[in-house]
Amino acid sequence: MNNILTAAMKWVDDRFPATQLWNEHVGKYYAPKNFNFWYYFGSLALLVLVIQLLSGMWLTMFYKPDAELAFASVEYIMRDVDGGWIIRYMHSTGASAFFVVIYLHMFRGLLYGSYKHPRELIWVIGMLIYGLLMAEAFMGYLLPWGQMSFWGAQVITSLFGALPFGIGEALALIIRGDYVISDATLTRFFALHVAVLPLVLLGLIGAHILALHHVGSNNPDGIEIKKNKDENGVPVDGITFHPYYSVKDLFGAAVFLFLFAVVMFFVPEFYGWFIEPPNFEPANPLKTPEHIAPVWYFTPSYAILRGIPDKITGVAAMGLSIFVLFLFPWLDRHPIRSIRYRSTLYRFLIGTFAVTFVMLGYLGTQPATLGFSELSFRLTELYFSFFLILWLYSRERAAFVYFAVAVGAGLLLVVIDAIRFDADKAMLLFTSSLMPLAFYAIFVLGPVFTNLNESKPVPERLT
Amino acid sequence: MSNDGVDIRRRRLLTVAAVAMGGVGAGFTAVPFVASWMPSARAKAIGAPVEVDISKVEIGQRITVTWRGKPVWILRRSPQILDDLASLDDSLRDPSSEVEQQPEYAINKHRSIKPEFLILVGICTHLGCSPMFVKAAEAALWNLGDAWLGGFFCPCHGSRFDLAGRVFQGVPAPTNLVVPPHAYLDDNRIIIGVDEGKA
Repeated sequence: MNNILTAAMKWVDDRFPATQLWNEHVGKYYAPKNFNFWYYFGSLALLVLVIQLLSGMWLTMFYKPDAELAFASVEYIMRDVDGGWIIRYMHSTGASAFFVVIYLHMFRGLLYGSYKHPRELIWVIGMLIYGLLMAEAFMGYLLPWGQMSFWGAQVITSLFGALPFGIGEALALIIRGDYVISDATLTRFFALHVAVLPLVLLGLIGAHILALHHVGSNNPDGIEIKKNKDENGVPVDGITFHPYYSVKDLFGAAVFLFLFAVVMFFVPEFYGWFIEPPNFEPANPLKTPEHIAPVWYFTPSYAILRGIPDKITGVAAMGLSIFVLFLFPWLDRHPIRSIRYRSTLYRFLIGTFAVTFVMLGYLGTQPATLGFSELSFRLTELYFSFFLILWLYSRERAAFVYFAVAVGAGLLLVVIDAIRFDADKAMLLFTSSLMPLAFYAIFVLGPVFTNLNESKPVPERLT
Repeated sequence: MSNDGVDIRRRRLLTVAAVAMGGVGAGFTAVPFVASWMPSARAKAIGAPVEVDISKVEIGQRITVTWRGKPVWILRRSPQILDDLASLDDSLRDPSSEVEQQPEYAINKHRSIKPEFLILVGICTHLGCSPMFVKAAEAALWNLGDAWLGGFFCPCHGSRFDLAGRVFQGVPAPTNLVVPPHAYLDDNRIIIGVDEGKA
């Protein structure tokens, strides 16, 4: 029996590199031996991808992409199709789960400097995947043709309309295929959501993994394991992906699926965070819901857009807030990868960025009151300031560089405040200016007057 | 076929020429694909003017009709409201309607043909939500402050407009609300989508 199987495998291998592929990417792919909790999210992203593809394919069997029929066909799936409700909730929960996993996956990259040389392209391809995933989620959200679907799409397509010289209007028109969001928009979003973008996504994910396996995985110590190989050319601190990490990831998958099932069965709308209440009402082009906010995974960008009281600047800042993430490998050029061996101030900086991001995300879900708008504006300033400090901390710098940055940033912030000054909210403006003030005091003056910005020695081998 | 070496320059020229020709072909092929995304002939045709009977609109009442898939508001303003408009000029971005957001005949202090009736496209000039009609008495519901004389408030991003559709300063919307082309057929009927004098 064994002989037959071996012979069969050889027959295949002579015609297709099956064993070779397996060894290259799984069986003999050497990964660092010290992966921790944060390293679950790459494989979990693949798992969610499979969930989305499978449930999505099944939904297309019952859904009707037609402005007259779409809303009712979703209700039909929920009520009349056997098992329809579970497939639909699988897909809607999967969308949010995808972003939870992706955000944590990206944060892992931040913590351990996984975007640094030679992994810049892995990061850039990953960011492209993130961008496409946002487009995919946005277009998918239009399909149920509820109130939120309609007005969300109206707002997002209008964003393109902010571009100057008439380009914006033309672009918004060509995206919508009509002067308003209509059946034409729905049918093309359907095609893009179920065919075009998934195909491109699959290609990019393939490229992401190929690039990773070409240069090898980073690890929580940020030390290159390929520098230390035994006589067979195998990294001393490496272990094969299978069975070591396939088993570890299987454990992660089990825990993840447990949580996923809890949400899917008991709180599929997740208190309005995964499916917003107004989306259970059919789209009405004459009436905007009283409070509209995008789904949670867009809200950090949305808060940046809304915090700025000027249309073009707001849209530009929102676009820039995503684009600047692409530049991570070139902004942070510090030779030490892992946060474990970076300075105390650097750790605090990453923490501040995470808090800023989460707070922006929260503000993006809330109504635009005066206080909240002001807070969003200040957090936007902190968001962009983070990247400046990231660059500043790339290497040891002379004291005058820090002072120059402090003065430059200070002047810029004062000018911005002067432009948007409004006597009615002067008090609010002054109070809130303490936020950027404290930020720069800590992160720019800290390295000059304290030794909190000194890196720790990096060990030779994994710990 | 000769076996003497390769003429690199000749090969490069042929490569560039082939890529350029292929690129031109791809460009032309893209035309129908891009064109198909423009509004179809049917979408363009659905722009017929809408006739509205305004005799039943009470003072202070706003009705909404659909024109080209968009909400169009018809608001009947009291003399008090019209008198108050001028007092807001200082806090508005474009109090005298200089930006082209209205037909010629609506460039006046009340932004309408007859002062009493305000006709507006109910789409915020920021990102396309439909603002809410908030009367002076309801200001507290939306935190609009005591000075609110009534107007339109966009719940999406907090833009505010007065009762002539003029945008306030310090809000994200850049311009006044759009006044659609409209004309009076007689005292009680207006037509939206046709310019005054051409009806």
